[in-house]
Amino acid sequence: MGGIDVTAALYAFLFYLATLLLVVGTGMKIRRYAKAPAPLKIPTMPAPRTQKGVYFRMFREVVLFESLFKSNKWIWLFGYLFHIGMLVVLLRHIRYFTFDVWWWVEIIQPFGVYASFAMIIGLAGLLVRRIVVNRIRYISSPSDYLMLVLLMGIAGSGMMMKFVTHTDIIMVKGFFLGLMRFQINALPASPILLVHLGSVALLMIIFPISKLLHGPGVFFSPTRNQIDNSREKRHIAPWAKKLEE
Amino acid sequence: MAKLDMNAEGGPKFMADPFTIPDIKCGAMEDLESYMAHPKHNTDLGFPGELIDNWQEVAIAKIGELAEKNRAFQVYLDSCVKCGACTDKCHYFLGTGDPKNMPVARQDLLRSVYRRYYTFAGKYFPQLVGARDLTREVLDEWYNYYHQCSQCRRCSVFCPYGIDTAEISMAAREIMDTVGLGQKYCNEIIAKAATVGNNLGLNPKALRATLEDLEEDLEDETGISVRIPLDEKGADVLLITPSADFFAEPHIDGLLGYAKVFHEAGVSWTVSSYASEAANFGMFIGSYENMRTLSLRIRQAAQDLGVKRIVFGECGHAWRVAYSFLNTLAGPFDFLDQNYPIPQHIMEFTHDMIQKDQLKFDKSKNDHIRLTYHDSCNVARGAGMGGYEGGQFDLPREVLKACCNNYFDMERDTIKESTFCCGGGGGLLTDELMDLRVKGSSPRMTALKDVTEEHGVTHMAAICAICKTQFSKVMPKFGYEMDSILSVHQLVSNALILTGQETEEDAAPEGAAAATEVTQ
Repeated sequence: MGGIDVTAALYAFLFYLATLLLVVGTGMKIRRYAKAPAPLKIPTMPAPRTQKGVYFRMFREVVLFESLFKSNKWIWLFGYLFHIGMLVVLLRHIRYFTFDVWWWVEIIQPFGVYASFAMIIGLAGLLVRRIVVNRIRYISSPSDYLMLVLLMGIAGSGMMMKFVTHTDIIMVKGFFLGLMRFQINALPASPILLVHLGSVALLMIIFPISKLLHGPGVFFSPTRNQIDNSREKRHIAPWAKKLEE
Repeated sequence: MAKLDMNAEGGPKFMADPFTIPDIKCGAMEDLESYMAHPKHNTDLGFPGELIDNWQEVAIAKIGELAEKNRAFQVYLDSCVKCGACTDKCHYFLGTGDPKNMPVARQDLLRSVYRRYYTFAGKYFPQLVGARDLTREVLDEWYNYYHQCSQCRRCSVFCPYGIDTAEISMAAREIMDTVGLGQKYCNEIIAKAATVGNNLGLNPKALRATLEDLEEDLEDETGISVRIPLDEKGADVLLITPSADFFAEPHIDGLLGYAKVFHEAGVSWTVSSYASEAANFGMFIGSYENMRTLSLRIRQAAQDLGVKRIVFGECGHAWRVAYSFLNTLAGPFDFLDQNYPIPQHIMEFTHDMIQKDQLKFDKSKNDHIRLTYHDSCNVARGAGMGGYEGGQFDLPREVLKACCNNYFDMERDTIKESTFCCGGGGGLLTDELMDLRVKGSSPRMTALKDVTEEHGVTHMAAICAICKTQFSKVMPKFGYEMDSILSVHQLVSNALILTGQETEEDAAPEGAAAATEVTQ
């Protein structure tokens, strides 16, 4: 009994820490991106000529990975499978954080199971490409492989609990609902669960200090989020304005 | 159509197709070094003359400064996931096989240093994330490989986050300039443009003599007095054109074309000796201040001459600076006529005249030419035209089709926003980089060869002074004549019949001989 409490306390601490680092770290990065001025208009042309057009371009980029599709169909396929799979899986997990499961989260549940396969296939495809394609291997650092391994670990351990060794998910839900109310409830003593949760916490911690910043980054990319209206509207950065004084 | 010589001068070879991915050849281009600037070239631009003692400290501080001053730089350093989408998109990689010419690898030369000094992971786990100290070797590597980037932005089209290697390359050059490691070609030219008014260092007297000669040529050709005015106060239009248009082939023929179009339009126009340069190499070295200095000359000239409009001639990066940056750098232009785009491209001007049916063409004058069009990177991916999305692709083609009967596009993935660089842009149009320039042009030349074989294309038109110079040097190495590259307004000039001009029956196309000489 006491052992469980220690584990639960440890994981509770881990998740508070991870959440704090994720939110504060990413928030600080976003603040940095938002504060840095774009001194010149550099949209990759042809670019939309209206704000609405820019929203549409960004939508296509973020939801469909348009540029990646133009670039390389294999990377697009694996990248898309992984991201869309992860999105559905994440939505499926909302049920662990709400007392009553929302109706649309209920609907997603069966899809989430398929989505986990999409996620794993996507990640495996990306990993194989990283190892097999010379050009991509050349540009890869250890962290690039480890990131994929970590994500595969998260997805794989999650699937293990779904398909192989079930864990007491009611208890898991109790743990997270507890965390949200600043209580530490017990966690099932399942090694797979602990690996799963530990990996997720690690991912949250490294998010703001790694290439995972591409998530918020894409929204701040001047080549994608600027309007093509430089002849009509003068664009000037505050530091550049000072040169005129 | 006979076959092109696949291996002219024992030199470069065409690729199997323009997208053939080479085997990786590590270090293939590591010894190619662009000439460094003399101390004076650097100090003229406000940079230290030679590499300063504490260069490492200053360079690292500069990275931090740029990250705060330029959102693109900061976001692009952080966001790359090494997905590999860009790895086969750079013409220099395709041409050389040197992996450091892959866009992501080129960015990583600087990103690895940024990570080392500015990120948690790089500070404490450098090996894990590929972070490295800024050493002299790294600095030299920067110098070599950031002068193997033509800042064409093709990679930015294909990056899922829009990471633009040109931004990184410009920043790297600015950092190097800041510590006294400038490139001769760019810095010498910027200083000339900032003092004399053009990249050539052509003084007003010489410029006037040149333009008078050209007026005579025009009169001989057409029998009509077509003017190329210089420094005429009160003219409506100020023409800002690359100085190559005053002396180089085929650039000059483009200038004659603009003169004829202005003549037909009946607008008064002038060239300025004070701002006799459209090119702005300040962009190539990533220096906002230098880019601004050169841009302000244009503003000054427009005010001094009292013009109502500014029109730019055929120059690729100049059009990017003009279209995308001029209003920022030297605006607002509230003293100009607001009924016209500020600035306007000569292509917009001519296109507008054609739309209004105010130009009379004899298209058969270009019948000896089977033509394609090379979209210059900075026009295609860095600017717009015609006031609508994608106008920069349509206007030149519509103008060409209005004055040529035989027009054929190259493969879709090698034109428009996916266009391949000529291989000489971004401050690389210098002889010591010829090996790189030739290799970098091979994707474009291969796409050209394909339309030569399929449609018998003999000539290629472009609206960039650098492209024109580069192709006239490089094309012969691939078995084309050096005059296979044409100005768009040269074709306009060929076919345009001026009001009152007598049309001779015997206008035997002198270019018949210029049609691709095919060596077997």
